[in-house]
Amino acid sequence: MTARVFQNARIVDPSRGIDETGTVIVKDGRVVAAGHDALNQGTPDGAETIDCTNLVIAPGLVDARVYIGEPGNEHRETIASASKAAAAGGVTSMVMMPDTSPVIDDVALVEFVLRTARETALVNVHPAAAISKNLAGNELTEFGLMREAGAAMFTDGRATIANSLVMRRALTYARDLGTIVAHETQDMHLAASGVMNEGLFASWLGLPGIPREAELIPLQRDLALAALTGGRYHAAKLSTAMAADTIGRAKNGADNVSAGVSINHLSLNENDIGEYRTFFRLSPPLRTEEIALRWSKPSKTGRLTSSFRRTIRRMLIPSDCPLQMPPTVLSGLKPCWRWR
Amino acid sequence: MSENQAHPLFPHRHLLGIRDLSPQEICQLLDRAEAAVPISRKPDKKMSTLRGRTQINLFYEASTRTQSSFELAGKRLGADVMNMSVASSSVKKGETLIDTAMTLNAMRPDILVIRHAAAGAAALLAQKVGCSVINAGDGAHEHPTQALLDALTIRRAKNAIAGLTVAVCGDILHSRVARSNIILLNALGARVRAVAPSTLLPAGIAQMGVEVHTNMADGLKDADVVMMLRLQRERMAGSFVPSVREYFRYFGLDGEKLKHARDDALVMHPGPMNRGVEIASDIADGPQSVIEAQVEMGVAVRMAVMEALVDPRRNGEGVAA
Repeated sequence: MTARVFQNARIVDPSRGIDETGTVIVKDGRVVAAGHDALNQGTPDGAETIDCTNLVIAPGLVDARVYIGEPGNEHRETIASASKAAAAGGVTSMVMMPDTSPVIDDVALVEFVLRTARETALVNVHPAAAISKNLAGNELTEFGLMREAGAAMFTDGRATIANSLVMRRALTYARDLGTIVAHETQDMHLAASGVMNEGLFASWLGLPGIPREAELIPLQRDLALAALTGGRYHAAKLSTAMAADTIGRAKNGADNVSAGVSINHLSLNENDIGEYRTFFRLSPPLRTEEIALRWSKPSKTGRLTSSFRRTIRRMLIPSDCPLQMPPTVLSGLKPCWRWR
Repeated sequence: MSENQAHPLFPHRHLLGIRDLSPQEICQLLDRAEAAVPISRKPDKKMSTLRGRTQINLFYEASTRTQSSFELAGKRLGADVMNMSVASSSVKKGETLIDTAMTLNAMRPDILVIRHAAAGAAALLAQKVGCSVINAGDGAHEHPTQALLDALTIRRAKNAIAGLTVAVCGDILHSRVARSNIILLNALGARVRAVAPSTLLPAGIAQMGVEVHTNMADGLKDADVVMMLRLQRERMAGSFVPSVREYFRYFGLDGEKLKHARDDALVMHPGPMNRGVEIASDIADGPQSVIEAQVEMGVAVRMAVMEALVDPRRNGEGVAA
């Protein structure tokens, strides 16, 4: 195989702390040099040169929060089709959420996902297993057995565990097993039937709003339980500045807490919903412009340092129903390709 | 009716909300409606303005006055009117809104009147079908013909809308009528007040162009118009307000509270009323009440809207050919 030279690319490699314009040389399918000085040894003989002006070259991305239709909704999406979208977005590994049908709350389901991925997927697929059986928030699943079978971490997907005792035990058990509990926090009673950020914009549209406190209140509880148990806790999908501040304070001195934010919450805000663009209904909802702006700036305190990101995506976006009705889905795989 | 020629071409294909209308367009619709009022008072009410046109009423929520008002308005203009009863249709079998709309659209109607419990449903429909869409109420978003008929009722009683103080009272949080009225009344220069317990006010209400009051005495003080809103039954007890009794005590319109408004203040209600909840019976039936006039103006306004949307000068645009 001949060498290929990718020139004038923006090279981003967090493992070496590199973000610079330069060249990547690939020989026999392996990167042999990357950086502004990659051509110091000269261009390899017979190399194919590819101009990458305005493009980014980076190691394969890891998307730690991907919702996939299989099993249960294969007419919408399969593990194979989701992996194609991931590959198109530069994502080479994804952690798959357990809120499928049936729920990934059993060793057999973990094995099913791994087997299907092995046979059909273009990228690495790591199943996350449910914290509670059937995502009901009551009984713990078999953390140990599923971890052994290959579960990457534990999460109830888009569901929030309301029962504090269940959460405490999940964190305690996770600590003993050395695994991670990732949680999306939304107080179901406070959020009620809300479909977007509570505020003037929702009020004019006549849509029920979700206050920011709906995210904060269960998060504060979780952080207290993480401190109590020492379990490894990941706040999976933050959407508000107040929650980010709370995480920042909790991380101060604690190494068992991290947080993630989705590309959609960084690059979009509630104004993008405009006149009922149904497909921008997300969970948690898109918040205000100020929050999105603030988050898109690099953080001085390094608060949101986790490599976790969240993605929800469907190959078919069900935009043929009013905003108050559709499930909350939006691709995070392809947009992240363009986002810098 | 030759009225179409007397008015400038209405520039919109659909009526989805008051938000989309300029003050001039609002006034044009009110003038057209004014001209339509005498038609319903004649023994022979049949016009030929919409002869040959098809109007479909697609009501996903139960409605007596709005649906019958649209039906009568269409029939008086000579249109063929069909009511889609959702309760006995394929919607019951799980058909989606868009599938239903596309099916009806294939039957080539000229006007689709829709009421739906979800905000934005009318706008969604308008993107998908080839005919004019009239929003007859979408969730808590807008109910434009209601605001127009309210404005017509006020204008006929008070001669003008600019400068009036209008108190909108009750469940503003869930009310499409309130939103459409707040926009319309502001556009025509009225001062609008929102009067309700804070649990029934939407977030950001103070930035919606209203003075906010949480007690009726202040909210009704020297008001020219008192517009009551319906409190839905499921929102009465223990959720948004503790009890019907408490709500009526503090926010129900009775003779005592009405005294704070001007002596000649109009009392309005979009219906259906909950007597003894948001309004006392004697006030609803009293001399200041224009609730029946509102219903009458409703037919005139809907005739005006349909006539404006289906204007032959549009050369077939906005009309399924």
